[in-house]
Amino acid sequence: MEKWLGAFMLELKNISFRYNRSKWLFKHVNLAIGQGEIVGMYGKSGSGKTTLAKIMANYLSPAEGEILIDGEKMNNEKYYPVQLIWQHPEKAINPNWKLSTIIDEAEGLNEEIFSLLGIQKEWLNRRPHELSGGELQRFCIARAFGPNTRYIVADEITSMFDALTQAQIWHAFIKLVKERNIGVLAISHHIPLLEKISDRLIDFNKLKSCPNITN
Amino acid sequence: MNIVYKFRDETNEEIEKIKSNFLLEVNHLSLTIERVGKGSDVEHLHVIRDFHLNIHQGEVVAIVGASGSGKSLLADAILGIHPKNSLIEGNIKYENQPLTEKRKKRLRGNDILLIPQMTNALDPLMKAGKQVESFIKQKNKQKIVKDIFQKVGLDPAVYHQIPSTLSGGMIRRIFIAMALASKVKLIIADEPTNGLDAEALDELLFQLKMLANDNRGIVMITHDLEAAMKIADKIAVFYAGETVEIADRKNVRKAGKFRHPYSRALWNALPQNGFVPIECSQPSPAEEIIGCSFASYCPEATKRCGTEKPELREVENGEMVRCFYA
Repeated sequence: MEKWLGAFMLELKNISFRYNRSKWLFKHVNLAIGQGEIVGMYGKSGSGKTTLAKIMANYLSPAEGEILIDGEKMNNEKYYPVQLIWQHPEKAINPNWKLSTIIDEAEGLNEEIFSLLGIQKEWLNRRPHELSGGELQRFCIARAFGPNTRYIVADEITSMFDALTQAQIWHAFIKLVKERNIGVLAISHHIPLLEKISDRLIDFNKLKSCPNITN
Repeated sequence: MNIVYKFRDETNEEIEKIKSNFLLEVNHLSLTIERVGKGSDVEHLHVIRDFHLNIHQGEVVAIVGASGSGKSLLADAILGIHPKNSLIEGNIKYENQPLTEKRKKRLRGNDILLIPQMTNALDPLMKAGKQVESFIKQKNKQKIVKDIFQKVGLDPAVYHQIPSTLSGGMIRRIFIAMALASKVKLIIADEPTNGLDAEALDELLFQLKMLANDNRGIVMITHDLEAAMKIADKIAVFYAGETVEIADRKNVRKAGKFRHPYSRALWNALPQNGFVPIECSQPSPAEEIIGCSFASYCPEATKRCGTEKPELREVENGEMVRCFYA
């Protein structure tokens, strides 16, 4: 029964985190993202949004609390169903690999994703330095859509782009996400953008200062 | 009656003189990078094709363009710190005198200052305050620096800190403090707003405006049209290595739109203005462009656009556009 109640959402329960012995970055954060839902989150820079994103995608383990994915606790062995897309694509890929190798990191990608994101076939034979940041970010987005991905955390994925590239990327992204019923946490400090793309908005600073439910 | 008339004539002349007295004037600037490709082939990358810009004292001009369109190289070309394997053509005038390589060397740091995009541009081993001090010629340097720190909202304790202990936002403020401390007349800020949240962004824009009110010219290179619309007097839209439009911000606000189809597409793609994407990408710099660079994506393009290259022409009051039909 308990398992069923938590089903089909990504749940953060009482997550607390601090780096080493420094002061708590945030304490008792509770958040749930439903399947197929796009949640927009904004907040001041340096407030720990990116750290939360890393915890959600299992790059960091929380000091306290747990994360349930569709009601289950995940271990590190399998493909992690929560994928993180970083702000800077050039830092998230191996600069020496061809893009075809980079894209193979997500096994069994659907071919149609390329045309949707506007990735040209000939780019696959190139290396990262031969493409612009906007083009690389399309690869990073495509890579996050592996067949086992159920949730995506998008951390400022378009803040380095001009308005036109930004609109192109988000339109393709939303189409893909809605098609596959993937839940998304979109982090940005640009509120008008979040209002356009998300189903609901969250202020990270309010989330941080929420009273503790369990105690 | 006659006297009054004459007086008016003179002031008009003076205004005209001030108007034509540009701090920086760039015409037909191009930058080509020579690169050895496969075998012994030499590749030519036309990063900047045809760039125009003019700026008065006390004015903020924003250069808005897509990421990866070669905007940063523009600043390097003006300062003479472009890569060794690149060739610059066209003419740059600073205070009505041609800006030669020799003169660039003399002026940069003294008359022209670059606010770099990278926040790792400070000396990592030198106290932040001391680095700002190096721009001051008078006595009592420490006091002046602390006054400036207060102006830009930095804690006096930052004076004794080294850059690695400061956040990106604080380092941006140190750059502004340096500009305030120095006697430079022209400031080129390369992507000064990257990675700032809304509050920090407004503060930074306010500080840039403060520098402009101090009668300095500011060139702000950015991908963020919104930020540009907040402070710039003129907006130069950059596409495929060319200036496609120079618009007066107030006129754009009034008319609610730009003249060039690319600038209009950029405007319509802002989340608050409709969030409309059009299928469009920057042409590769290795490509030779015949005709208008935006022709293949432009909804209003005709046969003429594909075969004949439009020149940048003045429409009114210094506003310019590179389109046959605008």
